[in-house]
Amino acid sequence: MSPERAIADGVFTWPSDDPQLIGSKCADCGIVTFPTQDSCPRCGTTAMEEHLLARRGTLWAWTTQSFPPPAPYAGPTGKDFVPFGVGYVELPGEVKVESRLTESDPEKLAHGMEMELVLVPFRTDDDGNEVVTFAFRPVE
Amino acid sequence: MMDVAIVGTGLHPFGRFPGMTAIEMGAVAIRAALADAGVQWRDIEFAFAGSYEVDNPDAVVALMGLTGIPFTDVYNGCATAASALTLAANTIRLGDHRLGIAVGMDKHPPGAFGADPRLYACPEWYGEVGQFVTTKFFGMKINKYMHDHGISPRTLARVAAKNYRNGSLNPNAFRRKPLSEEEILGSPYLNYPLTQYMFCAPDEGAAAVILCPAEDAHKYTDSPIYLRATTVRTRRLGAFEVHHPWLPIEQTVGPTVDASRAAYEMAGIGPEDVDVIQLQDTDAGAEVIHLAENGFCADGDQEALIADGATEIDGPLPVNTDGGLIANGEPVGASGLRQVHEIALQLRGRAGERQVPGNPKVGYTQLYGAPGTAGVSILSI
Repeated sequence: MSPERAIADGVFTWPSDDPQLIGSKCADCGIVTFPTQDSCPRCGTTAMEEHLLARRGTLWAWTTQSFPPPAPYAGPTGKDFVPFGVGYVELPGEVKVESRLTESDPEKLAHGMEMELVLVPFRTDDDGNEVVTFAFRPVE
Repeated sequence: MMDVAIVGTGLHPFGRFPGMTAIEMGAVAIRAALADAGVQWRDIEFAFAGSYEVDNPDAVVALMGLTGIPFTDVYNGCATAASALTLAANTIRLGDHRLGIAVGMDKHPPGAFGADPRLYACPEWYGEVGQFVTTKFFGMKINKYMHDHGISPRTLARVAAKNYRNGSLNPNAFRRKPLSEEEILGSPYLNYPLTQYMFCAPDEGAAAVILCPAEDAHKYTDSPIYLRATTVRTRRLGAFEVHHPWLPIEQTVGPTVDASRAAYEMAGIGPEDVDVIQLQDTDAGAEVIHLAENGFCADGDQEALIADGATEIDGPLPVNTDGGLIANGEPVGASGLRQVHEIALQLRGRAGERQVPGNPKVGYTQLYGAPGTAGVSILSI
């Protein structure tokens, strides 16, 4: 099996059997962001603390990506391209996270459906590492 | 506040023009606007130029004449032209100059816009995984809107078919072939529920507008258009916007709503007074949403209004009479000035085959784009 690496450091807990997205929370107003950021988009202050996000939420908005995105997209293109779903998943009381979805069939996606975080293989990089990213999948 | 008049408008056609540069197209648009106002380039006292692809669109002076005027370049996403127009109008209001021009020009390569997500305050991985895509945002926004407000895919097809049909009446449009609703619905999905023929395409073109204090307008033309309001707004926290890896739980209205409300207040004009409308139809769904965001109907009313032909040229709410972005494409720097050019033609009764009947007196334009910027103008005779 090829070695795995995360798409970037600090996006989700890694390695982990129970991965969580890493956000930040303003100590003053409580707003939660994803990914982390150093300043608060509401207060403008810098009292941001790391905050691990809930793994389940509901699908707030969604579409499909049916053509290969332009650069800097680094995934498969041409005949290797596989359409994917994209959506915002609302994590109750925290934040709406934009994410790839494991499902891309419009018949199988619906506003309000329950979703859970998973890590998925995305591509193999030039050094032969399997790059892992996050996605949400419908809860069976 | 001092009233500002538009006394000349000009356009270089929108489309694909191999061998022609954006600057050359800008010069064509400027010359057309000068001829319309009956003035010479040497009469122009200041200029603002908007472009995405050209770093220094003010270089057009090499083709027009090196007269030494203050000439400022503007880039503000899809609201670039609205920003150039606003700055030009405010320069007149400051009283330093009495005749100026706003010009926009662009020449985009084919295909969806690509960029470095870090330049939009987004993380690098957001682009790498394929989420830094403008069209995907428009797909999500209309999909949710259709779910929340009962809009059908047929309505999206009707909007696109109407804009292609209007474009077929416009000799300056990029796409001049009418398409049926079935062809539009049957084209491949790009971002569900939006199909290929429901989207505009980046292309090439230029447009220019000449402004002066209202009290000077009749020196230049018998049919001035008055710029009653021009506003630019950016998203507030909680608005559902393009290129945002996250949104807060709290929700608020988008920048179009804020720009629109401010413009109506500035003009002392309400949506019920508007006779001809230009909306940002990046895709057919955007036109549907923007009808409500600009106060022309309530959310959900579009389904019946569009089925009844309300937004056709001869309807009570004529929208995108020149074919909008769907038929004209989007040279970003020029797009909003094309809208103003079309409103000027309509209010002056010079729109030919696509003339709105009944002598329209009030026109409205709206731009919207990444990363959550909107511009509105209200014009009247």
